[in-house]
Amino acid sequence: MSTATTIQRTALNQTMRKYGGKMVDFHGWEMPIQFAGIIKEHEAVRKAAGLFDVSHMGQVFVTGADAFKLLQKINTNDLRKATPGKGVYSHVTNENAGLVDDIIAFCLAADRYLVIVNATTSTKDFEWFKSQATRMHVKVENKSSAYSMIAVQGPSVPGMFETFAPEALKLPRFGIVEKDIMGEHCYVSRTGYTGEDGFEVTAPHSIIDKLWEYFMELGKPCGILPCGLGARDTLRLESGYLLYGQDVDDFHTTYESGYGWVVALDKGEFNGRKILADQKANGIKRRLTGLTLTGGVPRSGCKIFLEGKQAGELASATYSPTLKKGIGVGYMVPPDLKPGTPLEVEIHGRRVKAEAAKVPFHKGTAFNKGIGA
Amino acid sequence: MPKPEEVKYTKTHEWIHPGAEAQVGISGHAQHEMGDVVFVELPKVGQKLEKEKPCAVVESVKSAFDIYAPVSGEVTAVNDAVTGEPALLNQAPLEGGWMFKMKPSNPAEAETLMNWTAYQEFIKQAAH
Repeated sequence: MSTATTIQRTALNQTMRKYGGKMVDFHGWEMPIQFAGIIKEHEAVRKAAGLFDVSHMGQVFVTGADAFKLLQKINTNDLRKATPGKGVYSHVTNENAGLVDDIIAFCLAADRYLVIVNATTSTKDFEWFKSQATRMHVKVENKSSAYSMIAVQGPSVPGMFETFAPEALKLPRFGIVEKDIMGEHCYVSRTGYTGEDGFEVTAPHSIIDKLWEYFMELGKPCGILPCGLGARDTLRLESGYLLYGQDVDDFHTTYESGYGWVVALDKGEFNGRKILADQKANGIKRRLTGLTLTGGVPRSGCKIFLEGKQAGELASATYSPTLKKGIGVGYMVPPDLKPGTPLEVEIHGRRVKAEAAKVPFHKGTAFNKGIGA
Repeated sequence: MPKPEEVKYTKTHEWIHPGAEAQVGISGHAQHEMGDVVFVELPKVGQKLEKEKPCAVVESVKSAFDIYAPVSGEVTAVNDAVTGEPALLNQAPLEGGWMFKMKPSNPAEAETLMNWTAYQEFIKQAAH
């Protein structure tokens, strides 16, 4: 049986082509992999500013008296940290503590939340949220097809936003503000997937082309570049951010992924809590561990060896333009390898020397304390 | 340094500048498609190469690419500059970005490869 799949295009598709985007099929979405080149775009974001079409990301609105209760039940993180105008990065867990998705839940008001979900999982997440909401006074709406999203990332971005959205400059990391832009109701959050300071703007399709051009113009003095998924991936991996479907999935837990800080065991009951509490008390068998190497470029799927024996395989790996060497993360046994531990990675049938490394590999301006203060 | 018109091209996008010591590299089209080259693994001097068999690896940020021997023969020299500075393959694929030199075992083999015009046509066809 053959299944016809239609490729999905974002509202910015024509604009991406106009700017020279090399379009590829990314899990059913036609997205630009690069414009000027991955390294140039990567460096623009690290040193100045870059613009990304991230409209494939999904928006799920959770509203009503039990909105908080539902989100608290399905998330590992404590939604009490998300007071109005703030968001939390969190993992949505199934009953086995595996990840349904990794998300950001923004509190717009006490009974109104915006959840940003991954492109590949937006339908699955929506169904899951609804299935968990039985007997609750809550409305779950998947508005992914109604919104586009642009990420403006880099150390020069706060300067760019001085005239455009001075109120957004006061936002702390993960802060959000609702704002009318070009006559439309939009959401501006101090978030991103690059490790640099910056914003993500969720806006209706009708203004998205104009908004893209506006940001290109605003960023011209600092050398802003349109960026593709290629740079998005090198930037996020340097920053130690997870890619759902590659680094985490339904069968790996938050502790195993090294993101224990998003598990709030003390907040009360939530999906998968029992297993997570057990892992916290008794330890984990495998852990997503970083490594670096020179003498090749590691790729997803490459085998990792410790003292001659296979210790895991790479989940995500690439060349780091900042460190100028290969970086990668993979689930490794034992789970407690110290940075510096000698390893080997098999690349094209050849064992290349590597060493365990601390994640994040690089801390950009998003890791600075006191953003928005 | 050879001009694009002076070299022969393979269907796998290598170029060879024929001669007793033939120079080999990747085409401008190939480097453009690969994107930023960040690692190059060259054959060894003295290594025997077989036409159309993998003999080197070029890694870009995105992906790894096998490089195939355009003709059979023996490697006589390698360009160490490209292992130190892989971006040379992007910047000057026919000049500073050459990969290795080889002594073809059968000089007639290179004659069967595409010239510049045929290669341009080949790229155009492949794009459709």
